[in-house]
Order: sequence, then C-alpha cells, then structure tokens
Amino acid sequence: MFKYIIRRIIQTIPVLIGVSILVFSMMHLVPGDPAQIMAGESAPKEQVENIRERLGLNDPLPVQYLSYIGDALQGDLGNSMRSGRDVTSEIGARFWVTVELAVYSTIVAVFIGLIAGVISATRKYSFADTSLMLIALFGLSMPNFWLGLMLIQWFAIGIDLPSWVPFISDTSWFKPSGWGSFQQVVLPVITLGTGSAAIIARMTRSSMLDVIGQDYIRTARAKGVKERIVVYQHALKNALIPVVTVVGLQFGGLLGGAVLTESVFAVNGMGKLIIDSIKARDFPVVQGTILVVALLFVIVNLIVDITYRYLNKRIDLD
Amino acid sequence: MSHSTEHIDNPRTAVKPPNPRFRNWNIVLRKLKKNKSAMIGGFLILFFILVALIGPYITPYAPQTQIMVNKLQPPSFEHWFGTDNFGRDIFSRIIHGTGLTLLVGFFSVLLGATVGVLFGIIAGYYGGRIDSIIMRLMDILLAFPGILLALAIVTVLGGSLVNVIIAVAISSIPVFARIVRGSTLSVKKLEYIDAMKALGASDARIIFKHIFPNITSPIIVQATLNIATAILSASGLSFLGLGAQPPTPEWGAMLSDGRNFLYNAPHVALFPGLAIVAVVLAFNMLGDGLRDAFDPKTKE
Amino acid sequence: MTSAPNTYENILEIKDLQTSFFTKDLEVKAVDGVSFTIPKGKILGVVGESGSGKSITSLSILRLIEDPGKIVGGEIRFKGENLLDKTEAQMRKIRGNEISMIFQEPMTSLNPTFTVGQQISESYKIHQGLNKKQAKERSIEMLKLVGIPSPEKRVDQYPHELSGGMRQRVMIAMALACDPDLLIADEPTTALDVTIQAQILDLMKDLQERLGMGILLITHDLGVVAETCDYVAVMYAGKVVEFTDAKTLFKSPKHPYTVGLMKSIPPHDHDIEGDLSVIRGSVPSPAEMPKGCRFAPRCPFATDLCRENLPDLITDEEGNQIRCWIYSDEWNGDPEVDVHAETERTT
Repeated sequence: MFKYIIRRIIQTIPVLIGVSILVFSMMHLVPGDPAQIMAGESAPKEQVENIRERLGLNDPLPVQYLSYIGDALQGDLGNSMRSGRDVTSEIGARFWVTVELAVYSTIVAVFIGLIAGVISATRKYSFADTSLMLIALFGLSMPNFWLGLMLIQWFAIGIDLPSWVPFISDTSWFKPSGWGSFQQVVLPVITLGTGSAAIIARMTRSSMLDVIGQDYIRTARAKGVKERIVVYQHALKNALIPVVTVVGLQFGGLLGGAVLTESVFAVNGMGKLIIDSIKARDFPVVQGTILVVALLFVIVNLIVDITYRYLNKRIDLD
Repeated sequence: MSHSTEHIDNPRTAVKPPNPRFRNWNIVLRKLKKNKSAMIGGFLILFFILVALIGPYITPYAPQTQIMVNKLQPPSFEHWFGTDNFGRDIFSRIIHGTGLTLLVGFFSVLLGATVGVLFGIIAGYYGGRIDSIIMRLMDILLAFPGILLALAIVTVLGGSLVNVIIAVAISSIPVFARIVRGSTLSVKKLEYIDAMKALGASDARIIFKHIFPNITSPIIVQATLNIATAILSASGLSFLGLGAQPPTPEWGAMLSDGRNFLYNAPHVALFPGLAIVAVVLAFNMLGDGLRDAFDPKTKE
Repeated sequence: MTSAPNTYENILEIKDLQTSFFTKDLEVKAVDGVSFTIPKGKILGVVGESGSGKSITSLSILRLIEDPGKIVGGEIRFKGENLLDKTEAQMRKIRGNEISMIFQEPMTSLNPTFTVGQQISESYKIHQGLNKKQAKERSIEMLKLVGIPSPEKRVDQYPHELSGGMRQRVMIAMALACDPDLLIADEPTTALDVTIQAQILDLMKDLQERLGMGILLITHDLGVVAETCDYVAVMYAGKVVEFTDAKTLFKSPKHPYTVGLMKSIPPHDHDIEGDLSVIRGSVPSPAEMPKGCRFAPRCPFATDLCRENLPDLITDEEGNQIRCWIYSDEWNGDPEVDVHAETERTT
C-alpha cells in the first residue's frame, strides 16, 4: 500500500509538468502579440513594450517557462494586468469560496444520490425506481446554468402564490446572488449538485443491484440477518466502493462546473475570476487560476485513487 | 440465440477470425427495439434532425427579425414561445438553432472520437513506451476538470462556434482514448490476433481489419453519450459569451440573453433551456439503450 | 411417528415440495413434488446433475427462494413444525440458528468487506445476543474447532487473505456457530482442490459426530456420498427418483438413472465433474418436460408405458423408495430386465 502511494505520487509529477506547460503556453498560443492584446489594441507603443518587459516576454520560451514555474513553486503566479495585485492574492479568498461551493454540492449530491440509488435498487422496476431514474436522467441532461436561472426565477424572484395557500404568499425564499449566508448558498449548491446527484444515484443503483445478486448476500440471509441490515450493511458497504470513485471524480468535476454556477449566481469564486479575467484579457490571472484548479483536481484524484485502492481489498496488491 | 452466433461469440471455438460486423447487430437491434426509452430517444433525435433540416423554411418569423415594439412578449398565439428583448420570435430562433446544436454536438464528437480512437488503438496495440507517452498525455488533458479545458482552449483560439467545436473535441479525446485502449488490449489477447501476426499480416491491417471492427460497440455507445455532453459544454461556453456570438440563434447564447430578464420575462430563458434538455435527454436515452443492448449480460 | 409435540424422530420431513419460477406467461417447475426425510443426527445425500432441482430444494427449506421463484406447495416439517407456516420473523430466528447452510463457492460466499470474525460473530449477536467481545471469543473458538491455525490472528483477517479451503472452513465455522440441528451443505467441496475436498468432508463428518446435527448434503458426486452419507435421495428433473439408505443404494441401485450415475464414477475417486457420458442425452429443461417418466427419453429400458405415464414413488417393505415402472405391477416390458447388465451395453 505504501509503495502504491509513492508510485501514484511519482506518477502525478509528469502530469503536473504537462499541465504547467499547457497553462504556460496559453499566452503564447494566442494569435497575435500577447502584450498588445493585454494592453489593448490602441495602446501606445511604450505601454506595450512595458508589459512585454514586465512579463519577460523577450526571453527565450524555455527560460520564460522555467522562471514561470520557478516563481509558481514559490507561490508567485505573476501580477494581474487589471488590478496590478499579485495573482495569488487575487485568488486568495476566492479559492475557499469555490472549494466550499464544490464541497457543499458534493455533500448534497452524495446524500441525495445514495438515498435515491438505494431506494431504486431495493425496489427494482417499481414505480419509485422508475420515477427516480427518470428524474436522474433529467438531472443528467440539464445544463446547470439553465437550472440555476430557473431556480433564481422560482425561489429567489419567487412566484406569487394564490391567497388560499396558507402561511406563505410567495416563494422568494433565497437570494439570487452572492455567497456567504444560508440564503445565498442554497441555490448555487443545488444548481451545481444536481448533475452529480443524478450520476451518483445511477451509479449506486447499478452497483447495489450488482452486489445484491452476489453469493455473500445469500449467505447473510441464510444467517438470519434482517433484510434491512442485509441491504444497509452487507450490501451497501460493498456497493459503496465503486461509488467512492465516482464521488471523487464528481467533486473534481464540480470544480469545473463551478465556472458556470458562479457566473449565474455572481458568486465571487475562482470560476467567476477565470471568466472575468478571460473577458478582460488578463492572462496572468487566467493562467494562475486554471493552474490552481487543475492542481487541486489532480490532488483530489490522487486521494480518490488511494482511497479506492484501500477500500477495494479484493484488488491484488502486487 | 441461434447456434451460429454462439459459435462465433466464442473465439476459442472459432477457427476463422470472428466477423463482428455480423455477430451482434441483429441481437442489438432486437434488444434496442424492445427498449422503450431508447426508442423514444432515437425518435426524438430523428425529429430534431427533421426540424433542423425543414424547420428553417417553415418558421413563422426570420430568426433575426427585430420588431422592437414586440419586445419581451410572453408566449401567445402569434409567438408560441414569446419574444426576446429585441422583439425576435423565440420559437423561430430555437428552430433555427436546432441545426447548430446538432452540428456542434456531432462534429465535436466526430473529431474527438477520431483522434481519441486512433490514440487508444495505438497505445493499446503497441504498448510499451508509446502507450505510456500517449496515456500520460491523456492524463494531462484529464487534469483540467469539466468544462475548464474547453474554456482554456476557447480562450486561446477566440470565441466562435468553430472554435467551440475544436475545444469540445479536444476535451473529449481522452475518454475515447482510454476506452479504446482498454478494448484493444482485450481484443489483442484473442488467439487469432497472434495467428494473424504469425501469418505476417501488417500492423495496419491487423488494426483496421481485425481490432477496430471488434471494438466498435463501446465507441458507438460512448459517442452517443458524448454528443449529449458536448452539447451541454458547447452551450455552456456560448452562455459564458465565449462561443457563438450574437445574433446567432444558439441556445446557450439565447439563455445568456434571457438571464437579464428573469424578473419581467422569464420565458426568454425558459424555452432555450428546455430545448437543450430535450436534445441532451434524447441522446442520453439512446446512449443508455445502446449500452444495454451491446451488453451481452442484459437479456433480450 | 408420534403425535406428541416436540418429539420427533426425523429432524426434517419434506412432503411433496413444489417450487416454481414464474416468467411472464410460463411456470417453470424447478422442484416438482419432492419428498424425503432426514432422521435425527443422520446425513442425507441429495444427488443429481445440475438442473435436477437439488439446490432449489435446499434454498426452499430456508425459504430463501428469490423472485421470480416461489414455493407453491407441499410441506417442510422441521422438528415436526411446518416451516411454510412460519412468518418471516420466525424464519429469521431459525436461519443460521437451528438450520444453517454452507454454499458451493467459498470464494464468493463470504463478504469481502467484513473480517472473518465479524461474519462469524454476527450469528452470535443475532441469535444469542452476545456482545462484541463475547462474540469474538466464541468466533475464535469456532475457528479453532474447524481446524484453522492461529485463530486469534485469522479472526481479524479479511476473506481475500485466506485460501479457498480456509474460507470453506470459515463458512463451516459460521454455519455451526449456533450449534444448529440441521446443516445444509450445497456442494461444499466442489469448488475446492481434491486434497482439500477430503479434508473438508472429514471435518464435516467429524463435527457431525461430535455435535449430533443432521446434515443435508447436496452433491453431484456419488463418491462423496459413498464416503459420508447415511441415506441418499437421487433427484432427476425436479423429482426424487430413488430414496434409500446409502448401503443399499451402492449395493443394488434400482433406478436406471442411479445405475447410470454409478457407471460414470471413474474407478478411482478423483474428480469427475459430473461427467455422465455413460447416460446419453441431457436433463430436459423444465420448460420442455416429457409427458411420462422424465428419464424415459434417456432410459435404455423405456417402453410406451414410461413415455406416456409418470410413475409414482413406490415404497418397498424396507422403506426404500423408487420411482420407476420396472418395479411396479404394471410393468409391461421384459419381466426379467436386469438394469445393471443392460446399461453396460448402451452407449
């Protein structure tokens, strides 16, 4: 196991180098002169020259890359063209906003996905199963930015209810934008978590069905174990192993999905920072943020792989 | 199952290399026909293709016609889906956008699948160093979660529908490469591949004549499901303003317009979204059905 | 049999058991009127090819038949009480406690995510209300009893850390944990190496003598039956065709099918894996059952009587049972027929 962890960590090093090369080359792959683009088309020559100098764009590419990566390793991702602040502090608090959003969404998705999946699997082909899987299919097919807009309309702007409905007059329960308070968090979390909940539900269902057909489930029943315990202890513990992988990948995927969700709800996280910076042609910030998100994703995947390996004791540890 | 298919299914009893083109298609089609959800998906796709081909000639309004006095009208008999902030008929715009959506989905998957399949076969067939180089490259592409890779590529290439296709295609390469590599490895183990090699068949011949036809089913399934994801990604990019540019009647871009009018004209955001859901749902349903149909474990 | 409650000479009496599987428009009778008895503390072997309904019979006893299967008729009397009248909760108290079961595949019959100890302990916790510590101690004792070396260490291991033979010993430990009155063993040695097979059989026999339980041993291997069983029920296509004590069966098998089975045992008792080449043809599928005697299509002695009419189970004066027209008064074929000589001729 220890050997495996070391090997997996070593394997990620070339990946991280590749990622950094790709991110680094973004600025140089843009057609035209990056300095001119950042300065703006009508910018005076000295200003363009100034930017070029400041970003070291006159050096040979390998030198530029090495200095970029060297700085990055020390936590220096360059400076924003817009604000002049260093990219690390631009990301700063936004990092945690995105992580929070992804974590909450994952928790909600796991909770809903697991329950729905187990209900579906234990009542195979029932009305509940069919409807849950249909809902999951919809959840999977919905663009999350559209779901976000609809949620804003229904639960932030709200729908006026007819007067005979007791206690509530409209449904404007939550806030349409921002991040922090409960009222602000609910809608973005649902928006981002729905797709994952659908995937986890489907995965849990098929995994449970697979496990329930196994010999050791019959063994448990033959021992006189209650059906509820057969399902929730004997079966679920095994069924969760493949689900863990999906959950880990989903968490990573949500970091990417956060771009859209943050944009819809004006959540000031890394996703929104990327989009705003792309529009402002602020390449250092775009590069820095993408690099951070990719790094986070790689680390999450590493943890998932190791966890999976640990949980799945049936895999030979050669 | 008839005796002949049984015989062909088992590589050990087959003297000649199995002919996969023959093998499963009848069974797969029969299974597919019995799968209601897959059939609904398939017919929906046909319907959307038809709408894309014929629709633009019979829409009540031109997609670009702006009638400012009619702006932000709720759905009515004249404007089934209402009008947008420029007084354009949303129903007509959605119909005109159908073709765009299907083309983006189809071409980005075609492009991504072609490159990915090639990578996957080469990696699986040759193994060794080529394999690890290709797969490490794929790992690098996979290190960008979700839409982020496509986003980065579009940032570099600039926002346009063609660039969206390229970006989505590139981000779908690794999925195909991984699946195809796995299938290639298992096909390579079959005895007759060794026999072909011993007979002196060239690598290219073995790859295209014997390996590729044996791994088509996972590719078809993945391609169908990937069209769904591609459409979601592409519309997402357009929604962010990085894809189709106004006044193109692209659904994601239309949604982006609609977000500003949620208070007084929510229908502007509602209908393009429903259209996306319907198309993506159709491909997911067909893809799920295909996967079940190709799976020898599912009963007829 | 006496009628007084709680006194019974047979630990298990199955009468006319019928278990069917239902598809959309078809009822497949997997077990069709099976009857046999197991006296207290004796070992009954149930023999037959795959598809004869022997495994379904054993699962029916514990009422573990899953959809779309259903027990549609008959009686299963355990200690004199019909198990088919019990509620699900009452059945749970019997399973793993009074009747337990071991299965064919030790590799897949243990839960890979629980330790050996947890899996054995569970029986103690459910049926005897022991706490975690007590249950673990008892589990270690059980592991020792079934001959697992260093049980204190093994008890905390996961199934994947054990060999196939060890796992089957664990299964036996688990089954015997609560000192059951009846043990059902469904092909317990089939998946094991030949040398391990003998060890496991010896272990089962030894424990049976020490603990005094009855055993229902399901197997397709007559060699195993010869070594272990007191009584034998031969099953064919969902029905018992011959039921007798083991000695009589091996000395003078009566049913042509039993004779065929005997002929297919190789001279030395190594692995035969159901090689029944001596009997031509194969078990009819339950969906296409012959009208008359189910063995008739494969039987070298079959007459029109056999092909048209299903024979009854005939009981002779010693209590041995046989389902074959040859031994009935209606037999219209060669009156001097010798089932033993005849089969040698057939190919």
